[in-house]
Amino acid sequence: MLKLIVCLKQVPIVTELPWDEQAGTLRRDLASGMMNLACLHALEAALQIKEQYSADILAITMGPPAAEEVLREAIALGADRGIHLCDRIFAGSDTYATSWMLARTIKQECPDYDLILCGSYTSDSETAQVGPQLAEELDLPAAAYIEKLEIHGRTLRVRRLVDNFRETLEMEFPALVTVSLENYKPRYAGLSGLEAAFDTGNIDRLNAADVGINKSAIETDGSRTKVRKVFLRKANKENILLTGTAANVVGDFLSKYESKISWAIGKDIEEDRNDE
Amino acid sequence: MMNSRQKSIWVFGDYRNYFQNRVTLQLISRAVDLSRIISAEVCAVILGHEIDEYIMEYTAHGADRIIAVDDPVLKNYNTELYVTLMEALVKERDPDIVLIGATDFGREFAPRMAKRLKTGLSADCVGLDVEADGLLIQTAPSFGGNMLAEIVTSRHRPQMATIRPGTFKEIPHNYERRSLVEKLPLMKNLPRPRIRLVEYERSVEKEHTIENAAVIVCGGRGMGNKKKFKKLNDLAKLLNGDVGATRPVVYAGWADHDALVGQAGKHIKPKILFSFGISGAIQHTAGLGEADFIIAVNKNPQATMMKMADVAIVGDTSDVLHTLIKELRKRIRD
Repeated sequence: MLKLIVCLKQVPIVTELPWDEQAGTLRRDLASGMMNLACLHALEAALQIKEQYSADILAITMGPPAAEEVLREAIALGADRGIHLCDRIFAGSDTYATSWMLARTIKQECPDYDLILCGSYTSDSETAQVGPQLAEELDLPAAAYIEKLEIHGRTLRVRRLVDNFRETLEMEFPALVTVSLENYKPRYAGLSGLEAAFDTGNIDRLNAADVGINKSAIETDGSRTKVRKVFLRKANKENILLTGTAANVVGDFLSKYESKISWAIGKDIEEDRNDE
Repeated sequence: MMNSRQKSIWVFGDYRNYFQNRVTLQLISRAVDLSRIISAEVCAVILGHEIDEYIMEYTAHGADRIIAVDDPVLKNYNTELYVTLMEALVKERDPDIVLIGATDFGREFAPRMAKRLKTGLSADCVGLDVEADGLLIQTAPSFGGNMLAEIVTSRHRPQMATIRPGTFKEIPHNYERRSLVEKLPLMKNLPRPRIRLVEYERSVEKEHTIENAAVIVCGGRGMGNKKKFKKLNDLAKLLNGDVGATRPVVYAGWADHDALVGQAGKHIKPKILFSFGISGAIQHTAGLGEADFIIAVNKNPQATMMKMADVAIVGDTSDVLHTLIKELRKRIRD
């Protein structure tokens, strides 16, 4: 029986982006969340492995109390159990700290895993760093941005496209992959599955002390980077309004911006010389 | 008091796809700017085999020093070996800053290297500045580029960042320039790589995805129906672009899920974005933060998308689309 771990992250739905002006961090406690898209692809890859071989899937997430929802969703889709790392002192962790905390939890709760699957990046911070850093923390061979994986005994074979090179890589278990959005289209949980998942008790909530992390450990092994400030990208736009008949507005638009279009498509655009 | 220690900014030599991807040269250029503020030298580090060409290029583009390890073992990019080598070099030389291009390789390699060195790393930066005391200000996008974060690594060294290709302009080459070239032997007792490269080939198909398309034509419910929506394909085709869609349109079956642009779908960064019949709900606009130039077409001038646009065209979406296609067909010269 293969032991799979899927790391999931709840990301804020950006209908509002409440952030703490003073701390310069996002008020995740105020934003409602959803499962990060690439994480759904990683989960889908795990579910397909489970369908093909016999496998046990442990879903792990770190985040505020509401993040438990992504574990419910994962269980509704077919994961076997969930671990929710949840503690105020985890707040504001960078990828260095997050990967350390996840590694500690994995070493303690599921040290005999074969494969760890992560999404290739998250839609909020978009660093794509937690997967590779978790692999480094656990001293595992790893491949990022994989599109397809096959298992032959204890050997993992993955395919990926990186920097215009199509690569096939092999490594032995235990290993880690981050899954791209190219493949493994996520399935969706039916309402009944979600309801059933809310009744199961297969989720453990662990706080910092449960995984042996305290303030002084965070001093040593916690975040290396600090967000000094977050700001909206400046909207430096003219916002020109064109009104009139379709022929007039298109004519106006093209005479003003044809060089811009020409630049974007790499072809010449010329004023039509034969007037109709 | 003189500080005898020479400050140093390193640039990792990412030379694969050299002719398409100039990110290393761009980083050397920015490192030269920053080095003047903190009196540092700019050092390019090259790991590989038969790399004299890159030693010459990086020198010509501004590096003061080159550290090169040239060995057949390093012929192919290998994350594990490269991390081990960089760890050893950094520990021996103690650079203040290490810059790495945010290529796919860089974004897989840099996180492991930073972790090994127990230091911080910011991702896919679109701005770099340095304060007089040497603190590197790393500006990175988040939330689909709608926001920017200023990140610092204050207590650990080196300060590391990956930087998005195209962020900085390379310095024109000068083949008269000289640098201090150090060729180092491959270190002994390297760990046995655990990852086997079974096969690789340069991808022949042009990697055309909506994420890297220069022109994107997005449509929303305001297109009216599936048939009218499909006309967006003609404009996209004419401009070598891709079609994107909002969530209601995908749900209605007018477009595939692959075309979904926004928070739950693709984040795009086209040079030109045409937006037809889109009101501009945040779920969609969250994916547009890095679109360079936006042309919105909508019958309602008050729509959010129209306010966000560089050019807002008020009118019937299908009429404008039809006329635009007709006019462009007349004007585009291949």
